[in-house]
Amino acid sequence: MIRRSLMLYGFLCVLIVGVAMVMGAAFTLQLLVQAMALSLVALGLNIQWGYGGLFNFGVMGFIMVGGFAVSFISVPLNMEFWNSEGPLMLFKAIIAAGIGALMIMGANRLHRYGASKRWHRTAQIAAWIFAYLIYRSQIDPAARYIEAEAGYIGGLGLPVIVGWAFGGLLAGGIAYVIGKIALGLRTDYLAIATIGISEIIRAFIKNMDWLTRGTLTVTPLPWPVPRPQEYQSWGVDSVASFIYARAGYLAVVLIIILVAMFLIQRAYGGPWGRMMRAIRDNHIAAASMGKDVKARQLEIFIFGSVLISIGGAILVSFSQIFDPAAFLPINHTFIIWVMVIVGGAGNNYGVLFGGIFIYTIWVMSEPLSQALFANLSAMSERIGWGAIPEIESRSLQMRVFVLGLVITFALRYAPHGLIPEVIHRDKEEEKQPEKDSLKQV
Amino acid sequence: MNELVFFVNKVLISGTVLGSIYALGAVGITLIFGILRFAHFAHGDVMTLGAFVTFILTTLATGIAAGMGIVTPVPMAILVLPLAMLISAALVLGIDWGFYAPLRKRGAPAVTLLIASIGVALMIQGLIRLFSGVATRTFYDEAPKQIFRLDLSALGARRPLIITEPQVWMIILTLVAVLALHFFLTRSRLGKGMRAMADNPALAQVSGINTQLVVRVTWVIAGSLACLAGTMLALDVTLKPDLAFNILLPVFAAAIVGGLGHTYGAVAGGFLVGFAETMAVFNWAVLLRPFKGVLPDWIPNDLSIVPTEYKLTVAFTILVIVLLVKPTGLFKGVSS
Repeated sequence: MIRRSLMLYGFLCVLIVGVAMVMGAAFTLQLLVQAMALSLVALGLNIQWGYGGLFNFGVMGFIMVGGFAVSFISVPLNMEFWNSEGPLMLFKAIIAAGIGALMIMGANRLHRYGASKRWHRTAQIAAWIFAYLIYRSQIDPAARYIEAEAGYIGGLGLPVIVGWAFGGLLAGGIAYVIGKIALGLRTDYLAIATIGISEIIRAFIKNMDWLTRGTLTVTPLPWPVPRPQEYQSWGVDSVASFIYARAGYLAVVLIIILVAMFLIQRAYGGPWGRMMRAIRDNHIAAASMGKDVKARQLEIFIFGSVLISIGGAILVSFSQIFDPAAFLPINHTFIIWVMVIVGGAGNNYGVLFGGIFIYTIWVMSEPLSQALFANLSAMSERIGWGAIPEIESRSLQMRVFVLGLVITFALRYAPHGLIPEVIHRDKEEEKQPEKDSLKQV
Repeated sequence: MNELVFFVNKVLISGTVLGSIYALGAVGITLIFGILRFAHFAHGDVMTLGAFVTFILTTLATGIAAGMGIVTPVPMAILVLPLAMLISAALVLGIDWGFYAPLRKRGAPAVTLLIASIGVALMIQGLIRLFSGVATRTFYDEAPKQIFRLDLSALGARRPLIITEPQVWMIILTLVAVLALHFFLTRSRLGKGMRAMADNPALAQVSGINTQLVVRVTWVIAGSLACLAGTMLALDVTLKPDLAFNILLPVFAAAIVGGLGHTYGAVAGGFLVGFAETMAVFNWAVLLRPFKGVLPDWIPNDLSIVPTEYKLTVAFTILVIVLLVKPTGLFKGVSS
């Protein structure tokens, strides 16, 4: 197994060196940073799916949460907003939300004071409706006012690293709420619920212009290391500036990946990881051994979401622009699933390999498929069918088809991935049945 | 009175139309879940595929009819629909044979089939975009949509009741499809076999029901209904490659609300979700307009429950509430 992993990683190195020789160092560094960030996302999904067996088809939503968090924290202050009535109005909206939350909590506790079940239900529904109304009555004018006066509320001007951490925190909070509601459900319900949540998060981030600037996009986002423009202002020529800046960013991402890998690998091997695998493989048995299945699953869902969100924040910071319209389920949910499945669910090294490998292939397939289609078009022209129209956009769609094909083929021919999860058993235990069977023969 | 007509136009008619589409999609999902025990996430894309099959056939048939000088009384899309449904059913059978059957034979868990269905969804989407591009198309290139305006001036309304021709067809065809399905499931031998298999697959097999045939029939029904629903959606709005991904959530919500595996539940769930969506985004302040003089001023002009941009949250909220309060759905569904 170790030989196989080393061979695959060696192959990956050769592939990346090959890409670097053809496309240049600056391009390869960009590719590597993005691949590493998406690998971090894939590792997060691996915690959820590989360790815990939990479905999450809402990866895109958590990536967007990370992107929003980092753009909110790291973008400079918008003084136009802070000098207007906006903060006061927002404060009122927050107070309204607080009152609503208190009412809901109060209604939830009503049965302790001797209210009948029917009254309890009625009060709960009434509290929800009233909370919603009171919140909408404050937030709607505030949102309109901010959009008209200041555009959006701007950022806080804090360091980027704080933004990444905040992304993790925010995603953890959202995951807690979602997990509380959805984790008790069957797997297929969880799948549709997470798809719905990611679409809803996208709808909110896209339409809450006062908070996120919506489709007007927030740009430029700062980096934790000097940007190419800064190197250029120090007198470095433009090609070298990109290489230096991206190499610096890559170093930061590598450190984060190494720390994350170390931690989750330790967690996997430890008693906690064993318990998680026990729950994944047979949650009824685990529950009967006294494990709190629901709480453990909630834990794993939160950890995974934190990692996904941090990966997303790194990705968005790197691209220097947060554009809610640029997020698509195919590019940000399903490709992550392909990384985990092809790499080997449950094995962190496998998933890391899958992340870098699949992303490299995905990026490189763009020029490849365009070349393929240009040739096809030339051929059909020679035959007399005429050129293929809209060749650029069509050739890109080819990749979606191939992605689907890869999923179905991987499930059919290599369901455990390229570097499968190693299942340690006691050697004695493994040999015992063999001896028995020999005796029987 | 004007306001009431507006309400009928915006809520009753569009709710029925949306509900019909959701119901037809949800029936397919629920049948597949009942027989094969997995959530078929590619169903939305199967609907789009069906719509594109109809579109291609319509374009071909319109060309031929124009060449022969035939004028059809009904839209060409409706005429070619049976053929399109057959083709879609065949395509879906092919998909099952190619991608799901081998996994089932290996005894793969439902989760694997679910992920495989996502792969199939991506493949269908990729293929559709590959051949059609990303452009938006409409069935009404030459002739405009026929619109029926019912004049209600006798009742004192200035606004007419508006319903378009495809909407009429949609409601009629949904009714026909649901009735046909009902009689198939309750009267025919095969339909009874299907229900038996949904109830208890092992017992059904032992009692001599041809389970292979039942699986095939399930795909045929689900595929053809998906084609019908997709075509209807495309007729009502426009034909886009990402038509179906957006309605996957409401359709699943409809199937789950009705109880997965429960056919009539799916129909009921479809209409419930459809009406809930249209009612949630409807601006209720319109209905208060006649009483403007009596009511206090502080009532705002916009009283929609949810802003239109967040329409998606409606289906999701219904889904979550049903799952929390009654996890088996409104009608009792099968468990996996």
